[in-house]
Amino acid sequence: MNLWMWLILSCLLAYAWKLLGYLVPASLLRNPRMSRIAGTMTIGLLASLTVVNAVASGQSLALDARLGALAAAAVALWFRAPFLVVVIAGAAAAAGLRLLGWD
Amino acid sequence: MGLDPDAAGPAAVKILQSPAVRIGLSISIATGLYGVSFGALSVTSGLDFWQTMALSLLLFSGGSQFAFIGVVAGGGSGVAAMSAATLLGMRNGIYGMQINALLQPRGWRRFAAAQLTIDESTATSTGQTDPAEQKRGFWTAGIGVFVLWNLFTALGALAGGALGDPKQWGLDGAAVAAFLGLLWPRLKGREPVAIAVVCALATVLAVPFVPPGVPILVAAVVAAGIGWFSHGRSDEGLEPDVDPYAEHHTHHHSGHSGEHSGGRPEDRPGENA
Repeated sequence: MNLWMWLILSCLLAYAWKLLGYLVPASLLRNPRMSRIAGTMTIGLLASLTVVNAVASGQSLALDARLGALAAAAVALWFRAPFLVVVIAGAAAAAGLRLLGWD
Repeated sequence: MGLDPDAAGPAAVKILQSPAVRIGLSISIATGLYGVSFGALSVTSGLDFWQTMALSLLLFSGGSQFAFIGVVAGGGSGVAAMSAATLLGMRNGIYGMQINALLQPRGWRRFAAAQLTIDESTATSTGQTDPAEQKRGFWTAGIGVFVLWNLFTALGALAGGALGDPKQWGLDGAAVAAFLGLLWPRLKGREPVAIAVVCALATVLAVPFVPPGVPILVAAVVAAGIGWFSHGRSDEGLEPDVDPYAEHHTHHHSGHSGEHSGGRPEDRPGENA
C-alpha cells in the first residue's frame, strides 16, 4: 500500500510539471537557465541510473554480469540499433555471462 | 484524429499525406514497442500488474517510469523512487511551455495536451514549421505513443510475470541497457558526455555512504549545479529517446557528429514566440 501512495504521488507530480508549462506565463519558463537545468538534470539522472543499475548492489559496488550488459548495450547503440534491440542485447549478455558462470 | 477540426471528413485521405502525421505514426510505433521492456522490467522489479499500468497510464513519461522502477529494483525507498521520477519529469514542463506557445490549446484540450506532453510528441511537433502540421504532429505522436505504449506495457507486464527468475533471463542487464539507451541520444558533443561522466562518478562515490536510491538524487543535485553555474546550450539534454527526424537528418549530413544533429530546428519556437 505504501508503494501505491508514492506511485500515485509521482503520477500527480509528473502531471503537475506538464501542466505547469501550459499555465505559467511563458516568460517565467523561458528563462534559459531553467531550460538548461532541466536538460543537465536529465543527462545526470540517466547517467546515474545507468551506473546504479550496472554496479550497485544495495550499498556496495559489485562487478558482475551486468557490466557485460552495459558493454553489449554500448556496442548496440554505437551501431545505431533500435531501442528494443539494445535492451535485448543487454539481457542476452547478462544471461549469457551467467550461463558461463560469471555472476 | 477527431481532435483536429481541419482533419475531419473529406480531408481524411489528405491527412495521411501529411508529413507530421506520418512521422507521428512511425514514432508511435517505435516508441510504443519498447513499452514491452518497461512492462516486463516493472513486474520483475517488484511492482504488480496494476502498479505497472498506473505508471504507463498516469505518469506517462518513459524516463521517469524507468527511473521509478529502477530505484525500487535497487532496494530504494518509495520516496527516493518518487524523487528520481519527479526530477526527471522537469523537462516536460519546458516542453509544455513550447507546445503551449505553438498550439495554444484551449479548454479540455489543454489538459489532454498536458498529459501527452513528452519527448516524442514535442519533438514531432517542433520539427515542423507549418502551424497546422505542428498541431497534427503533436496530437498524432501524443495519442499514438499513449495508446501503443500502454498496450505494450500490458503485454510486457503479463510476459514478465510469467518469466520466473528475472536474473536468469538477464533482465537486470536489460534495465542497464534501457537506461544507457535513454541516455545515449542526449550525448551529442563533448559537454553532455562530461556531465554524464561527472554524475556517474558522483553516483559511484555516493553508493557506499547513503541508502539505495539516494545516490541518484546526489547526481541530480550535481547536474543541477552544473546547469546553474555553467553556460552552454539551453536545450542540452532535451532530445527525444527516439528522434522522429533522424532519417531526415542523415540525408542532409552524412555523419552525425557536430553540435546540432538532433531533430530540433535551429530557431526554437519557445524562445522567439
